[in-house]
Amino acid sequence: MIEESVVNLSRLQFAATAFYHFLFVPLTLGMSFLLAIMETVYVMTGKEIYRDMTKFWGKLFGINFALGVTTGLTMEFQFGTNWAYYSHYVGDIFGAPLAIEGLVAFFLESTFVGLFFFGWDRLSKVGHLTVTYLVAIGSNLSAVLILIANAWMQNPIGADFNPVTMRMEMTSFWDLIFNPVAQSKFVHTISAGYVTGSAFVLGVSAWYLLKGRDIEFARRSFRIAASFGLASALSVIVLGDESGYHAAETQETKLAAMEAMWETESAPAGLTLFGIPDEKNRTTHAEIKIPYVMGLIGTRSTDKVIPGIDELEKKIAARIDTGITAVKALEALRRDPKNADLLARFTAVKADLGYGLLLKKYVADVSQATPEMKARAVDDAIPAVAPLFWSFRLMVGLSLIFLSLFVLSFWFAARNSFMQKRWLLKWAVWGIPLPWIACELGWFVAEYGRQPWTIHGVLPTHLSTSALSAGSLWFSLSGFLLFYTLLLVAELYLMFKYARLGPASLGTGRYHLETLPRREFEHDRLRDSQAHLVAARRRPAAGLRHHGWP
Amino acid sequence: MGVGTLLPFVGKTDDERRVVLNSVGPHWEGNQVWFVTAGGAIFAAWPLVYATAFSGFYFAMLAVLWALFFRPVGFDYRSKVADPRWRGFWDWGIFAGSAIPALVFGVAFGNVIQGVPFYFDDVMMVRYTGSFWALFNPFALVCGVVSLAMLVAHGANYLAIRTEAAIQKRAKASSVVATLVMLIGFAIGGWMIASMPGYLITSAVEPGLAQSPLDKTVIVQSGAWLSNYSKYPLSILLPVLGFGGGLLSLLAITRGRAGLAFVATAVAELGIIFTAGVSIFPFVLPSSSQPGSSLTVWDCVSSHRTLGIMFWVALIMTPIIIAYTSWAYRVMRGKVTVEQIRANDRSSY
Repeated sequence: MIEESVVNLSRLQFAATAFYHFLFVPLTLGMSFLLAIMETVYVMTGKEIYRDMTKFWGKLFGINFALGVTTGLTMEFQFGTNWAYYSHYVGDIFGAPLAIEGLVAFFLESTFVGLFFFGWDRLSKVGHLTVTYLVAIGSNLSAVLILIANAWMQNPIGADFNPVTMRMEMTSFWDLIFNPVAQSKFVHTISAGYVTGSAFVLGVSAWYLLKGRDIEFARRSFRIAASFGLASALSVIVLGDESGYHAAETQETKLAAMEAMWETESAPAGLTLFGIPDEKNRTTHAEIKIPYVMGLIGTRSTDKVIPGIDELEKKIAARIDTGITAVKALEALRRDPKNADLLARFTAVKADLGYGLLLKKYVADVSQATPEMKARAVDDAIPAVAPLFWSFRLMVGLSLIFLSLFVLSFWFAARNSFMQKRWLLKWAVWGIPLPWIACELGWFVAEYGRQPWTIHGVLPTHLSTSALSAGSLWFSLSGFLLFYTLLLVAELYLMFKYARLGPASLGTGRYHLETLPRREFEHDRLRDSQAHLVAARRRPAAGLRHHGWP
Repeated sequence: MGVGTLLPFVGKTDDERRVVLNSVGPHWEGNQVWFVTAGGAIFAAWPLVYATAFSGFYFAMLAVLWALFFRPVGFDYRSKVADPRWRGFWDWGIFAGSAIPALVFGVAFGNVIQGVPFYFDDVMMVRYTGSFWALFNPFALVCGVVSLAMLVAHGANYLAIRTEAAIQKRAKASSVVATLVMLIGFAIGGWMIASMPGYLITSAVEPGLAQSPLDKTVIVQSGAWLSNYSKYPLSILLPVLGFGGGLLSLLAITRGRAGLAFVATAVAELGIIFTAGVSIFPFVLPSSSQPGSSLTVWDCVSSHRTLGIMFWVALIMTPIIIAYTSWAYRVMRGKVTVEQIRANDRSSY
């Protein structure tokens, strides 16, 4: 058995490193496509301002991308360093999408991102556009494969336990790839990324408009972000609903906890809009319910019942009892591997093996489990209600805020009057962080809602870690937090610096601030002014008109 | 890795360092994916090796990861602020992010060759019983030095192709030094391995069957790591390639043939890495405390189905990856000069 502090610290470390990683991923996903759209417009119209847009937003994309790669390294290795038993137990299935991600997606993204930044002068217009699309496709493909791996943790299909190797093994690759949970999760997650990218471009552009600088540049960026953002926000919400449907099918415990469904309701169940869940008394205070809606989302029918926590606990208690038989049968089989009789006995009950393992948290020999231990294991099997209930509602609330932002932005962009709507622009600026919060909350609901399992119904979290000491984990956790925070500070510093500098950072001599004396780049001022002269010679009007496009 | 390690030494001024960085600027990111994918491939192919090595070498892996953090960020952030302190900080960050992983991987491999103290408990949970400081023993350090030196030699030869004038001159000198260190280290390592205890499987081996690593018996015998060279005589070519590649690189670089030297160090690297692999074959991770728990290429693999899928994916994708990576190098070919960096001040690293 592994000490509980090691399990908790491992979870904390994974959560921290995953949350950090996902500060950068959504922006990469969203901006890579926004860049591709901007560059497509450039290639189609030939207007240089769209190339400058691609380059400038590309610079911000690059600042973010570097940390996405950095924090992603940890994710690729962390399963081995901190979740050794997990890696052994499910590596046969889980490792494949990770390795395929590297071969199919990450190579594509990383090789072409180099050409995206450095290939402008070496590639034809269409050649460079292709490169930009390949970066976008690579980053999105990457998301597909990672989410396939994650979906398998939520809904482990296409796999079976092998008592000889003591691990789960793949029985169907196609089940793994076409896991229904993976599909809704993928579209939900990348749409969330597109929303994040759009909200970022929208907000920064709105800030330029509020300051009255780089109007032409910001106006065009705002429009693109508003349209792309609107489509993505709708997709996030629709596919969030689809995820809810799959959660009802595959992870009843998560859904019941998220919705604080203490008791099974007659179909179709109502949706709790608001309330204060009370874990101790198993009730929700001040509940506001919309009748029928939950049943419709969860079952796509009016007659199927969604089980509440009371009913789920009964089912789990029964599975734990069978699970004890499975664990004991496996132990006997391990001592006498050639015995066909033991194998048949184990095979009959192996579907509940994971539930028997839940007891290992309390007792090494599960047949010695007391009724009290079993009751605690049943209790463990339902994730804590309040954190899920609140995170989910906060996420949905935020998504409604940015949906309305995009609807209004799109509406006023279509009527070409958004530049006068200062309240809208301010809303866009202050709305920049919201999609990030929603993304992190979404992951929290997905992963915390999977507890107490790493692989739902198969492998409990408390058995999944490496056999490390708590001291080692304190050391590594502090190290990760220290390095990540340092890097995040550097990232934010550069993000703000370059967002403030705006397209002038490209040094084309066409944008705001470019003739004013600058403290930035002070020591290359001489070189800049030479470049400026060259640019001015090429475009006679450019040196004079900084607030508009000639 | 080699270029990153050399950065503070072959580039004396800021402009020179930017030349060095930009010579790999468009490519380091894609190249680094080989490293990440290697981790993923081990996970998919030998889950137990992934689990045992990464959790056993916990602090070594942390050192690698934390050092690596400074590479992507260093490349991308260094030239975005003009302050020399900022740039100096990232120069050393990139140096650490390149040299430490190269060194630690060599040290880790040196320990693998000697056997690592671990065993499996009754539910196949791996327990590592060694300490972090025990990793730094003479043989492992020699391996670390060889690993670092061969990457530096290769990086120096690359720089000799892609740069000119002072930087190129320093790169060539570094190549000579690094190649010599690599050759001497490789020779010392070979001499040490000959008398070192190696591992042999004494029970019948049935490759291709689902099996547990605990079902075999293993003995420890001095000099056993050389037995493969008598069993498979052709494998002696591998250490020959290691030495030959190094010598060819020395000859080529001193005669100004940087391209040939680059190919030569590539050959030397292959020779050296495969020499290590063949020596311990079929072991992947021998256990020094319970030799019977050692992991071999057969008994810790993934299922037949998973390996089949990975085989096809790798067979199709690897040539495609090599093709577009080569294309990317072709697009960006030619010397990187100080003048180019100055002309593209805002878009260069």
